[in-house]
Amino acid sequence: MEAWLDDLFWTYQNLVVSLGINGLLALSMYVVLAAGQLSLGQAAFMGLGAYSSVLMTLAWGWPFWLVLPASCVAPVAFALAVGGPTLRLSGVYLAIATIGMGEVLRAIYLNVDALGGALGLSGIPEQASPLLIYAVLAAALAVLWLVGRSGLGRAMEAMREDATAAEATGVDVRRMRLGVLVASAVLAGLAGALSAHATDFIGPNDYGFEPAVTILSFALLGGVGSPFGPVLGASVLTLLPEVFRDFANLRLVFNGIVIVLAVLFLPRGLLAWRMPRRAA
Amino acid sequence: MLAQQLANGVLLGATYALFALGFTLMFGVLRVINLVYGFYFTAGAFFSLWLAQAGWPLIAALPAAAVGAGVVAVALDWLLLTRLRRAHADELASLMVTLGAVLALYAAATAWLGPDIRRLPPDLVGGGAVDAIGVRVTFAQLLILAACGALVGLLVLLVRGTTLGLAIRAMAEKPDAAALMGIDTARLAALVSFISGSLAGAGGVLIGLNFNAIHPYMGEQMMLRGFVVVIVGGLGDIFGALLAGLLLGVVEVLTAGYLASGLKEAVGFAILVLVLWTRPAGLFGRADARRA
Repeated sequence: MEAWLDDLFWTYQNLVVSLGINGLLALSMYVVLAAGQLSLGQAAFMGLGAYSSVLMTLAWGWPFWLVLPASCVAPVAFALAVGGPTLRLSGVYLAIATIGMGEVLRAIYLNVDALGGALGLSGIPEQASPLLIYAVLAAALAVLWLVGRSGLGRAMEAMREDATAAEATGVDVRRMRLGVLVASAVLAGLAGALSAHATDFIGPNDYGFEPAVTILSFALLGGVGSPFGPVLGASVLTLLPEVFRDFANLRLVFNGIVIVLAVLFLPRGLLAWRMPRRAA
Repeated sequence: MLAQQLANGVLLGATYALFALGFTLMFGVLRVINLVYGFYFTAGAFFSLWLAQAGWPLIAALPAAAVGAGVVAVALDWLLLTRLRRAHADELASLMVTLGAVLALYAAATAWLGPDIRRLPPDLVGGGAVDAIGVRVTFAQLLILAACGALVGLLVLLVRGTTLGLAIRAMAEKPDAAALMGIDTARLAALVSFISGSLAGAGGVLIGLNFNAIHPYMGEQMMLRGFVVVIVGGLGDIFGALLAGLLLGVVEVLTAGYLASGLKEAVGFAILVLVLWTRPAGLFGRADARRA
């Protein structure tokens, strides 16, 4: 690699990593929003993936190629426990139940000694290279693109527009909702494991209410017409604070306003383009 | 020991009930999950803090702070939700808008006021206490209980006993039909926002008194309790919210007393998930066709 490129890369390595991780998180939000559900558990799923993967690495000594897929187990189990009852009800219940999740899990991380308490867990080997992170992101994008183009994607869009009509035309709405929630938990869990193994430290406060809402702002800014929208939204909202460093403490104010304006005035997001789909 | 814990739990639960009441009223009538609601709680607490620091006695500062929070509620409701209400947007749209707004509001309040915990002036409530049958209750706690009782009583009287309450219930039942019957639903929506905001604001003052700690994010922590209470009590159900609030207060205090204080939030959430699995319409709820 050219020397200047090497320098540039080392200076901005954190940014490169967080761009990739936030892209994955935005996709995890996209999966549920694209099917007309609102889950605010992405940060909590990410935390579960991060904590469980770090335990596997540090306490059990598992190799990373095994840790990464296994990091999805805890988030998926949690998604099933919370999603099972709430998905029978209106979307509001899922949103409310998942908002609480992050804060409750934080209370557990803080109070269980094996999870490091307030100090968190550190000394995590940096096994997730930026290359791996972007490979996972690209794979997720490709899968979501293929699914989106298929009949499954059409069913998701039908649910988003009108769940009752979709059900009437033969879409198993309940199973689809549980499916998208599980897919979302898998993506967020992977993001958690990758970010934990790229930064060497995780703490109980990284996965609460604010990250959850920030992840929503990625997807709403980009728009959910295709999986590329949320990734674009995540990139914009990750890069902007770097440009306006002086206003770093107003970053959350900005993210919040982005959500308000996007829902009120820009319902299709920045990237309004809808992915092409095979004729039925 | 147990009697003391139960008394503390009921007192804490009374404030939870008061807080959740406004939230459930707002959902029942306006059909929005308004997450900014927790911010009204913070606003009420800060208004009372500033008024108390300016030398106002509590008897004047409490209602003034509640009214102030109510005005904030009307303004924010108008700013954020009028457009969606006119477009008959679904509940998730209003939930997302208020979610974004509340993130911005907390972050702005923290940037402006700083994250540190403030204390009310020490002479605001006399430091005395009453002992009876082995239970010790401070004047502040008695005041909280009295204020909660009075506000809840007033609200029930308003909703159940007046023409205005009839209009509110009509709007909760069918907003379009209510409008056709000559009810000014836009004005009524503003009024309901005001009432809910004042209840949250009053809750903020009373919780601020109970724990003597006021900071910008206090509303967010309260909101999590609010969710548990309104879902366990049944969304939109006033009496359910009352009972569930008291229940949560007692369970939290007992958990903190006999298990670990850090786990009290987790216990509330465990109850929430359990109720969703077994009785999704709420512990005391009736089946509600609109829920589907």
